[in-house]
Amino acid sequence: MVRIGAFFVGLFFSGWLLVSFIMGAVAYVSEPPAPTAEHEFHLKPKHVSYSFDGPLGRYDKQQLQRGFQVYKEVCAACHSLKFVAFRDLAALGYNEAEVKAIAKSWIIKTPSVDPATGEASSRDPVPADKFPMPFANNVAAAAANNNAIPPDLSLMTKARHHGTAYVYSLLTGYTNQAGYKNEEGKELLAEFPDSETPAGLHFNPYFPNLNLAMAPPLTAEGQVTYDEGQPTPTVDQMSQDVSAFLAWTAEPKLEDRKSAGIAVLLFLIIATGLAYMSYRSIWADQKH
Amino acid sequence: MSFPWANEYTPKAPLMKWIDERLPLPRLVYNAVGGGYPVPRNLNFFWNFGVLSGLALVIQLVTGIIMAMHYGANDLVAFGTVEHVMRDVNSGWLMRYAHANGASFFFIVVYLHIFRGLYFGSYKAPREMVWLLGLVIFLLMMATAFMGYVLPWGQMSYWGAKVITGLFGAIPIVGEPIQTWLLGGFAPGNASLNRFFSLHYLLPFVIAGVIILHIWALHIPGSTNPTGVEVKGPQDTLPFHPYYTAKDGFGAGIFLILFAIAVYFAPNALGHPDNYIEANPLSTPAHIVPEWYFWPFYAILRAFTFDFFFIPAKLLGVLAMFASILLLFFLPWLDTSPVRSGRYRPMFRKFWWILLADIAVLGYCGGAAAEEPWVMISQVASAYYFAHFLIILPLISAFERPDPLPGSITEAVLGKDDHGAETAAVAAE
Repeated sequence: MVRIGAFFVGLFFSGWLLVSFIMGAVAYVSEPPAPTAEHEFHLKPKHVSYSFDGPLGRYDKQQLQRGFQVYKEVCAACHSLKFVAFRDLAALGYNEAEVKAIAKSWIIKTPSVDPATGEASSRDPVPADKFPMPFANNVAAAAANNNAIPPDLSLMTKARHHGTAYVYSLLTGYTNQAGYKNEEGKELLAEFPDSETPAGLHFNPYFPNLNLAMAPPLTAEGQVTYDEGQPTPTVDQMSQDVSAFLAWTAEPKLEDRKSAGIAVLLFLIIATGLAYMSYRSIWADQKH
Repeated sequence: MSFPWANEYTPKAPLMKWIDERLPLPRLVYNAVGGGYPVPRNLNFFWNFGVLSGLALVIQLVTGIIMAMHYGANDLVAFGTVEHVMRDVNSGWLMRYAHANGASFFFIVVYLHIFRGLYFGSYKAPREMVWLLGLVIFLLMMATAFMGYVLPWGQMSYWGAKVITGLFGAIPIVGEPIQTWLLGGFAPGNASLNRFFSLHYLLPFVIAGVIILHIWALHIPGSTNPTGVEVKGPQDTLPFHPYYTAKDGFGAGIFLILFAIAVYFAPNALGHPDNYIEANPLSTPAHIVPEWYFWPFYAILRAFTFDFFFIPAKLLGVLAMFASILLLFFLPWLDTSPVRSGRYRPMFRKFWWILLADIAVLGYCGGAAAEEPWVMISQVASAYYFAHFLIILPLISAFERPDPLPGSITEAVLGKDDHGAETAAVAAE
């Protein structure tokens, strides 16, 4: 009985799946799905290498400080960093006094309550504070940015596929849409005349739907002035630095993790070697 | 628990004797995983995965209980408290990465355990109950993993919860009330998050309970073995301890090395980036996909694209997805071949490999976007999945001519050539 019932259940599911397959295949051949501009012209992130790649990679503190400077002078005007506290900046090599000074001089203030009147007020951030939000709320953020809310950047490099390279590619990927061709030499506006970038948006082939609300944030060499002895702040250099900084904000424990990983692996390899030897010695007199 | 075949426990230390007379716990341990449990001497490394599944459960319990101390099951703060664990809790990043990857590794070893059972016929009499309880554990694991994935309250958490509870919405008439009842609202919200957290904490202990039953049921007939030939006498067995504790110890070392590589060097490789975006009911992700261990079932769910007369395609997909797991409960009665091990079943063995490839294809399709050619491929692969268990297996067991079996485990191991050339060939393996 079980087998007869099973046979008919199997026949039903398998049969209907094959019928669905045939109907789907016929539809696919007779009306192939139309290609979309996103499918044909969206680019995967560029290849870019960082000091923290690979199992032994470490953050380059100089680079993180430069990236922080770019964030502070460019990104912070619109993008929050709500999971990062000023005290965390110590990991970038700043000492206690420097962290205090950075917090105190931060342009955006931390919301507070006036102790005398109880009214809403603001104060200078202290190292224990998270980075204050640039907008009071999402409505204010949308209103100031052509209805697009600038996303929080704390986790950005983990929230996209190949996130660090993605941030770098996006920052360096703005280009002119007119005449833009993909690798196969197809021209976007010739293939998809309807996909012209709407007013208020900006064309960038690294963005999933090719048009994003953010205007190119890094446009000129020297937009941020780096300290003596640091690399020239080209757009490419600044983009690398700020993407490295955002890799750190998303994964501040990366160095702890990798150091612990090496130690744990060494321990486990030795322990497993010993376990293997005891296994062999216990089984030595048994055929199996 | 009493095992008729177990070696008698005779306590040597006076303390053990004292305890054993009052509470026979030392006796239980000795009989279950100690020198008292005689195990076939020819188990290969595929028999490690039961113990490794237990190890994975322990890792999940320890890391999970610690994380629950810092996590806030409230939709306003859940995402932030996970980041708090990652950034400010001592070794919190290790607990969370071990827990997230631990779920994946739990499924890896359980899938290997299941495929071992499928190949070597471990589900056959007299071990049907072991198999059935194993499937109960598997279902509980799926429920636990799904609810655990909702807890960080990221985009995939939220939309995954919406899609999976939406499956119940496909049931005619009562579907939508059931979905609302499950979620505690019309969409995933704080009520859903709270109950998922509560159940996510409860179910692992239910799993632990069913594991005890699973092992109890196993210890009644004892373990099967790669030949599938039952134990004939003491010469066929070795005591569990020290022989298999040593072998499992080595297996656990390999498991932990691979686990450490994932946790310490590629902790997000098995996750989805969208879950690092806080849940937003107003923004649907481009592709909603579950974690990798659900992909084969997700592919079956999405393979139904046409209504069957009055049955909507969505309901068909839901029925098929549940059926794809529930049919495994009937497996001991679908495969009626008296030969257990795939080693002596030439036709069965070929179809087992096809099934393995088929499920890999389903997994790939389930993780891909719901567009062609993946839908068409998953339709063919799903059709094979059902046909394999419900049509092909019963037919094979009726028509297949199995290879000759070795007379006993010892014969297969020591290669005593009493029964012709085939036996020698088997022994040479």
